[in-house]
Amino acid sequence: MRFKYVGQSIPRVDAFEKVTGTAKYVTDMFFPGMLYAAVLRSPYPHAKIKKLDVSKAKELKGVRAVVTAKECPYKQGIYLVDRPIFATDRVRYVGEPVAAVAADSLDIAMKALDLIEVEYEPLPAVFDPLESMKGEILIHPDLASYDRLPIYNIEPEKNVFHHHKTRKGDVDKVFEEAKERDDVVIVEGEYTLPQIYHAPLEPHGAIAFYDFEGKLTVWSSAQSPHTLRHLISYAFKIPHHKVRVIAPYVGGGFGGKAGINMEGIVIALAMQVPGKHIKLIYSREEDIMATVVRQGMYAKVRAAVTKDGKFLAWEQMMAFDGGAYAEYGTNVVRAAGYTTPGPYYVPNIKVDSYGVYTNHLVGGAFRGFGHGELHWAVERHIDKIAQELGMDPLELRMKNLLKPGLTNAMGQKMHDHSGNVEACLKKAAELIEYEKPSEQPKDPKKKRGKGIAALVKAPAMPTNAASSVIIKFHEDATVTLQVSIQEIGQGFNTAIAQMAADALHIPVEKIKVVTPIDTDTNPYEWQTVASRALWTVGNALYRAAEDALNQIKNIASQVLGVAPYNLEVEDDRVYIKYDPETYIPLKDIVMGYTYPDGHAIGGPVIGRGSFVPERLTNLDPETGQGNAAAEWTFGAEAAEVEVDTETGEIKVLKLVGVFDAGRVVNPMLARGQIIGGMVQGMGPAVFEQITYDKDGRPLTISFTDYKIPTIADIPEEMEADFVETHEATSAFGVRGIAEHPMISVPPAIAAAIYNAIGVNINDLPITPDKILKALKEKGE
Amino acid sequence: MVIKFTINGDEMEVDVKPNETLLDVLRNKLFVTGPKEGCGNGECGACTVIYNGKPMNSCLILAPEADGAEIFTVEGLTKDGKLHPIQEAFIEENAFQCGFCTPGFLMSAKALLERNPNPSKEEIVEALSGNLCRCTGYDTIIKAVKKAAEKMGARS
Ligand code: FES
Ligand code: FES
Repeated sequence: MRFKYVGQSIPRVDAFEKVTGTAKYVTDMFFPGMLYAAVLRSPYPHAKIKKLDVSKAKELKGVRAVVTAKECPYKQGIYLVDRPIFATDRVRYVGEPVAAVAADSLDIAMKALDLIEVEYEPLPAVFDPLESMKGEILIHPDLASYDRLPIYNIEPEKNVFHHHKTRKGDVDKVFEEAKERDDVVIVEGEYTLPQIYHAPLEPHGAIAFYDFEGKLTVWSSAQSPHTLRHLISYAFKIPHHKVRVIAPYVGGGFGGKAGINMEGIVIALAMQVPGKHIKLIYSREEDIMATVVRQGMYAKVRAAVTKDGKFLAWEQMMAFDGGAYAEYGTNVVRAAGYTTPGPYYVPNIKVDSYGVYTNHLVGGAFRGFGHGELHWAVERHIDKIAQELGMDPLELRMKNLLKPGLTNAMGQKMHDHSGNVEACLKKAAELIEYEKPSEQPKDPKKKRGKGIAALVKAPAMPTNAASSVIIKFHEDATVTLQVSIQEIGQGFNTAIAQMAADALHIPVEKIKVVTPIDTDTNPYEWQTVASRALWTVGNALYRAAEDALNQIKNIASQVLGVAPYNLEVEDDRVYIKYDPETYIPLKDIVMGYTYPDGHAIGGPVIGRGSFVPERLTNLDPETGQGNAAAEWTFGAEAAEVEVDTETGEIKVLKLVGVFDAGRVVNPMLARGQIIGGMVQGMGPAVFEQITYDKDGRPLTISFTDYKIPTIADIPEEMEADFVETHEATSAFGVRGIAEHPMISVPPAIAAAIYNAIGVNINDLPITPDKILKALKEKGE
Repeated sequence: MVIKFTINGDEMEVDVKPNETLLDVLRNKLFVTGPKEGCGNGECGACTVIYNGKPMNSCLILAPEADGAEIFTVEGLTKDGKLHPIQEAFIEENAFQCGFCTPGFLMSAKALLERNPNPSKEEIVEALSGNLCRCTGYDTIIKAVKKAAEKMGARS
């Protein structure tokens, strides 16, 4: 393939719309006669519903529909169907929907909520995953009877919705033998992180319309229109062709808008009042409490390492605080389980990764999908090992990298094209000037230091996560591209247009990516998640372009009397390779060719391509061996910080991220992903966390209480760079990088803090009080 | 009550309730949807409009107070199909991703550049510190505002 547009920093194709205010999000859509919805939510983290009476609400003037579990007894769940759309006999978290109202105005809907009578009987609740695993309080007593994908391994008596096991080599034997060996040390550690919130600037929203013949249309701020359609179809028992999902631009997703979320509430209302549009836009408070958050995690690690720094065995237990429902958590826990210990080669690995129900907010998919969590434990632990060995932490990492020829935790062998973590680490070290100690400020209370961490992540997806592409040529040889990856800010529409231009050999200006995504017309796509879009859709696109080019060449071959393989398409024409002067304008071919006497051949050119990952398998349930990962993106991140030893305050001075992206499609947009992702990683490193009062009520339910980085918080310096080892499983040589920049920022910052003041903080976020406490313990 | 104001130079008359916010009126009654609601509480800046010359969170202004006001929104930036230099700079510097925060940032930036045509980095940070963005990491937004200042300086 020639690469003319791929590799160029062209401006975003959605730029004009987005700077003029014409880009439409769900919240910007209005329909005549539209009704507004409001939701009544549980004030308790765990309680029985003794009584629920909506009769007074129904009587309020202007109320058009009220629904509860009685009218809508359906449950949803992507891999494990455990989440009722409305609480049935009990509530399991503060914020769980109990009833919803649709009314002529939002004011009336809110007033109606006050008229709903609910009596609760509070139940004992559990908020800590380790506590929950004791099984003294069962959050889902009927877990065993829930529908689920068989690859998920439930342990109902322990509140566990998935237990992932990796067993590679023989960890127990190594630890046993290590006792006798004086050249081996065993290092143990514990690491935790709290739940955090995605905080997309656009809160979740949806509009539903149900017609009198049972057809449903849903407009949603959805990352995954087709999967949303599938899950709606499953939950509400409506055939797929009668469910239409339209997804306009999404104002930030970060995983929180994947799958099905709050759409069921408006759908249930719409089914009560056919012919009416029902709109529900979450308030910020609802968005925090009642969508999904990132799971909290407790991890315990034990490693056996030779004194010269070779990892022999790695044992890691992770207990994820999954909240009240499993959501994507099932697969988060699995992905974290099979990726541990990250970008390092260890011959003996034992991992137990548990997804545990608690009465916290519901955990779900979040940029990084378990990898921010597992790497927090792995990278911190490597620093601890380095400290015990008296070895430089970068040198220790370099000695144990997962290089070509070596196998990961699942037993998959790395190839030369699989990515180069060593080059990433080297570049990151250069950019942070790792060899040069931080210059110390004049103020002796302030200390500076540098730290570095690595990472790896593959798309976490089902073995058959498919993509498809339709290329339609128009009369003037311009093209529309129908794909169903959602433009959530990541720049997909721009990058795929560049790739299509190169695959079709036509100028990028002649291509339009169709928006919004409409499942009635756009071809199937699994989901906009997992940093897989350019890779998977790129492969489908390549086939669609081949298909279209073949059609063009076949028609031209009849007209010009030469074999199709002697023809080439370029720009606005199809020409004979050995006689480029002889050509037909593309516009005379793409609707079929019409001879001067009027008879026509061929027909409109429509290219079609699909892709499904090759050679993936389920994992052995007992050992976790198999092929769950199709390709990997490796990376390294580094930080320089300044710690005020008097106040404990941390200033992040510099962040650096280097990723092996394969071929970079649009450097400007790729850099944007890295910088944005690193800042999103900095938040949870130093201040972001969801906190609760002692009764399990979330406290951080506004932007004042749940602080995200502002423009005043960003580091003075941020740098992004790439290594480009072309990916052999991609027709374009590309790999994803969207999630990765967030992953190893926290451990890089923690390492920099250790370098600055000699204390290890192993519990996120690294707040001033933790710094001061650690300094005190250290005796300073 | 009926209030009158101008939006991007156009005079409007609209019937409002005492407890309605200017943002609600703009979005839900006049369908001026450029200003976005990210929190409804003065915490995110997505709803920023230029109100009598000052950048303000329109979610904190009660509609009746806006009687007689001059309001400017993102919709008014483009003149005769031509982008404003601030818009150009935001595109060239890749200063947005999902775009949901962008109308608010553009308004805060415009108000800043009108009162201070050549702001320092600190002044830019100060002026935009009430606008949240979860996508970009902000560095390109700072660059875009600087670039816009240069463009506007060169053109005046
Ligand atoms: S919506 Fe007005 S500040 Fe957030
Ligand atoms: S571009 Fe998405 S919030 Fe700023």
